[in-house]
Amino acid sequence: MSENQKKPKATKATKKNLPKYKRGSDQAFINVTNWKSKIVLKQTKNKNESALLQAAQAENLLTESAGYLEAEGLEKTYKFTQQQIGENVDLNSAQKIFDLNLENFGPYHIDYTRNGRNILIGGRKGHIASFDWKNAKLKNELHLRETVRDVKWLHNESLFAVAQKKYVYIYDHTGAEVHCLKKHIEPHALDFLPYHFLLTSIGNQGVLRYQDISTGQLVAEHRTGMGACKVLCQNPYNAIEVLGHGSGVVSMWAPSSNQPLVKMLCHKGPVQSIAIDRSGTYMATSGLDGLLKVWDIRSYKELHSYYTPTPAHSLDISQLGLLSVGYGPHVTIWKDALKIKQQSPYLSHMMPSKSISSMKFVPYDDTLGIGHSSGISSIIVPGAGEPNFDALETNPFETQKQRREMEIHSLLDKIQPDMISLNPNSIGQAASTTREERVKAAKERLLENMAEKKENGIQLKKKKRGRNSAAHRFLRKRQKNVIDIKKLAALEKIEKERIEREKKRQGPNPETDTGALASFYADKKKR
Amino acid sequence: MKVKALSRSTSDYVRERSSDIQRLPRNFDPALHPFERAREYTRAVNAAKLERMFAKPFLGAMDGHIDGVYTLSKHPWDLGSMISGSGDGEIRIWSLGSQKTVWKAPNAHKGIVQGVCPIPGNETDRFISVGFDKLVKIWSVHESGANTSGIPDPVATYSGKGLLSGVDHHRKKPQFATSSSCVEIWDVNRSEPISTLTWGADTVNTVRMNQTETNVLASCGTDRTIILYDLRSNSPIVKLVQTLRTNAISWNPMEAFIFATANEDHNCYTFDMRRMNHATNILKDHVSAVMDIDYSPTGEELVSASYDRSIRLWNAREGKSRDIYHTKRMQRVFCARFSMDSKYVVSGSDDGNVRLWKAHASERLGPKSTRERNIIEYSEKLKERYQYLPQVRKILKNRNIPQPIKKVSKTKWTMIESQKRKEENRRKHSKPGSVPYVSERKKSIVAVTSK
Repeated sequence: MSENQKKPKATKATKKNLPKYKRGSDQAFINVTNWKSKIVLKQTKNKNESALLQAAQAENLLTESAGYLEAEGLEKTYKFTQQQIGENVDLNSAQKIFDLNLENFGPYHIDYTRNGRNILIGGRKGHIASFDWKNAKLKNELHLRETVRDVKWLHNESLFAVAQKKYVYIYDHTGAEVHCLKKHIEPHALDFLPYHFLLTSIGNQGVLRYQDISTGQLVAEHRTGMGACKVLCQNPYNAIEVLGHGSGVVSMWAPSSNQPLVKMLCHKGPVQSIAIDRSGTYMATSGLDGLLKVWDIRSYKELHSYYTPTPAHSLDISQLGLLSVGYGPHVTIWKDALKIKQQSPYLSHMMPSKSISSMKFVPYDDTLGIGHSSGISSIIVPGAGEPNFDALETNPFETQKQRREMEIHSLLDKIQPDMISLNPNSIGQAASTTREERVKAAKERLLENMAEKKENGIQLKKKKRGRNSAAHRFLRKRQKNVIDIKKLAALEKIEKERIEREKKRQGPNPETDTGALASFYADKKKR
Repeated sequence: MKVKALSRSTSDYVRERSSDIQRLPRNFDPALHPFERAREYTRAVNAAKLERMFAKPFLGAMDGHIDGVYTLSKHPWDLGSMISGSGDGEIRIWSLGSQKTVWKAPNAHKGIVQGVCPIPGNETDRFISVGFDKLVKIWSVHESGANTSGIPDPVATYSGKGLLSGVDHHRKKPQFATSSSCVEIWDVNRSEPISTLTWGADTVNTVRMNQTETNVLASCGTDRTIILYDLRSNSPIVKLVQTLRTNAISWNPMEAFIFATANEDHNCYTFDMRRMNHATNILKDHVSAVMDIDYSPTGEELVSASYDRSIRLWNAREGKSRDIYHTKRMQRVFCARFSMDSKYVVSGSDDGNVRLWKAHASERLGPKSTRERNIIEYSEKLKERYQYLPQVRKILKNRNIPQPIKKVSKTKWTMIESQKRKEENRRKHSKPGSVPYVSERKKSIVAVTSK
């Protein structure tokens, strides 16, 4: 009896999960008439459905659940201090709250590896260190004695890039310099696209550069034409690079196009920071105009905006969608702030007499790393990280052998840079229009454009290609009123050419010019 | 305050002993797997590249025959051997494993050996051969003398009436059929044919017995006919006349009513013997006469040997070849056979060599681990899924075709196009309906007569 009751219950729970795992629509092949194709499509559909069901059922096997923080009675979650939270969580978690005082070399930039195991810190005055932060194991430490503007891990913890005073440098896990990328001049910000193996940089010149780190090639170099730029962020959904400019414009770039795919005016002052959530739906921007805005980047529309007491210097969005905002010494964390406008933050944290320079949520963990003027801090943010990781994608507990194997596999699956586009699912999709239709539409657009220009009084150049003959040119250069033999000959030639053209346009006369009887007609004419 | 922060215990995620397998928790949430399509496409391109990279189908040439090899036969009870007959009357048995001759009979016939065929059964090592010397000889590897140096004697010799051109054995009964000016049915133990079957043809090229529906046999003659006979009534059933003559026939081992033919008009056809008024499929790719055709034991694939010095492999249900095999030294190919495990293809050509090929060019030989099998299956699926995308298709379809074949196929294409154009013009300028459209599968058929 108990089994009979359990079964439908399980399916109900599974059914609820189904939409999450669904890919594409069922409507795609409605007009198929061929019976063979119909069978194939039906089989494919059945397979897809069973795969969908299995994926949804596999949710039962997930072991971890997301963290949470709830207030009881008159408490407010944003009133809780890190000390209070630390006292109420388990020891393992409590150890994640720490501060590193590095007062001489700040402010610090930080970055975490994709599995969240390692942290890389870079002090403005040349101090670089990377360590396994959970076990507090230092991996390497460097003093570059040069300005460091940004640091970035590459595909795993074996390599990292540093934006130094003049160039971008790549170091290995021991801290040895591996490469100096001399094409990346005066870089301000770095980013890395892990599935494409592309290192991107933007700097003082306002040139966005893409470097393939697996082949070493400079894939693309785009002049933004909008001056120096310090804000670089990627859309994790489609690998589009997003730049925040001094004019308040946010532009989106792909290596295949030297013009921005999208340009949107977001702020009435320089853009300070950008963050995009992992589904590629929401973008948060902050500007020197003291506003924090949330955008829907599918429709490029503003959803809502917040005032910040002082301009927010850094933003980040966690895997589960928490938005962290850093301004001055303050960090506020907002829950559900992307979907709905919130009245009060979820958590807040203050570090007196320090100013925040960079913030990163740790992947697959409930922790936020903060780089500030005098070192780095780490605080607990319950409910930030994805609880269940996929070990074949990124594995926080990977062994050395697994890491090596993963490296090989990800290199084999490296996506070509020209496949980056706004819609990452466009590949393998059937085109809705034929080539001829597209060409026709393009032609119509062109004609419309021309008509519009005419209306607006813009003179179009009269280009007559291939209509210029030697006789014409001769006539143009002669005086108009002088008539001599040469001119008459030229006129005759032009007239002859005209008749021939006319004949050609009309096509052959079926009676006289072709067929078995043509020669007779020709003879007649001669006579 | 109610609080819970993520706190993973290492012991839950790391294996306890080094002998355990690594723990790999999965999460199928699409949000954790970005760029699914692009990554899968990349994998498909890589799979296609790897397939072509490992495509090395040629395993070896077995030399020994002095004249060209004009007939080949596989042993249905023995995976590793092939019997071949050559133009100078020599018969050899080859071991495919060691790629060597294990038995030979020089001067088995005077003139060309036209057909060899093993006598089925576990106990017997006998086989029959026929030649242009009008003799049917029955051989046994052990009784006729097993060594490779001496000259073995046949166990029995029967004399036929005309120039014998083919032989095939009955699946169960001790009977075999030969073709000459007519089709003759013999008992293995009698020196005279037990019956004679004719229907018009003055010379019969080949005779082939159906191995499933064992009372049916097919023959093809120089008068461009294919005739099916029934042994029970001892009479022909149906006669099919085509525009050009058929060189070889092969019965589908899985679908008893289907057979494939190799035609002089560069095409192969498959027919359903119940409805002979149209071909069930046309296989077009060869640029010269097709000399031989053979079904794989699965009935899914075909191999054909052609006068254009190439072998082609086909999916039996498709119209274009899956692969083309050729070598610089291979001359006109007169016979090709699938091995009984459908993993290898053997061909015999004018240059006197018997060649051994893989049936799937890029397949790795030898046992495979489960992981390897999984990967192969996955990449097969990927290739199937992305086969229509230009880059994948280009890689998968590309073959290095010898210049002569390329040239001829170009000319052939032009000819076909001009014929089509001409027909279309004729249609345009005649009374509507007087030049009807004839389906490609019916075009080559002149007449079908049933008794």
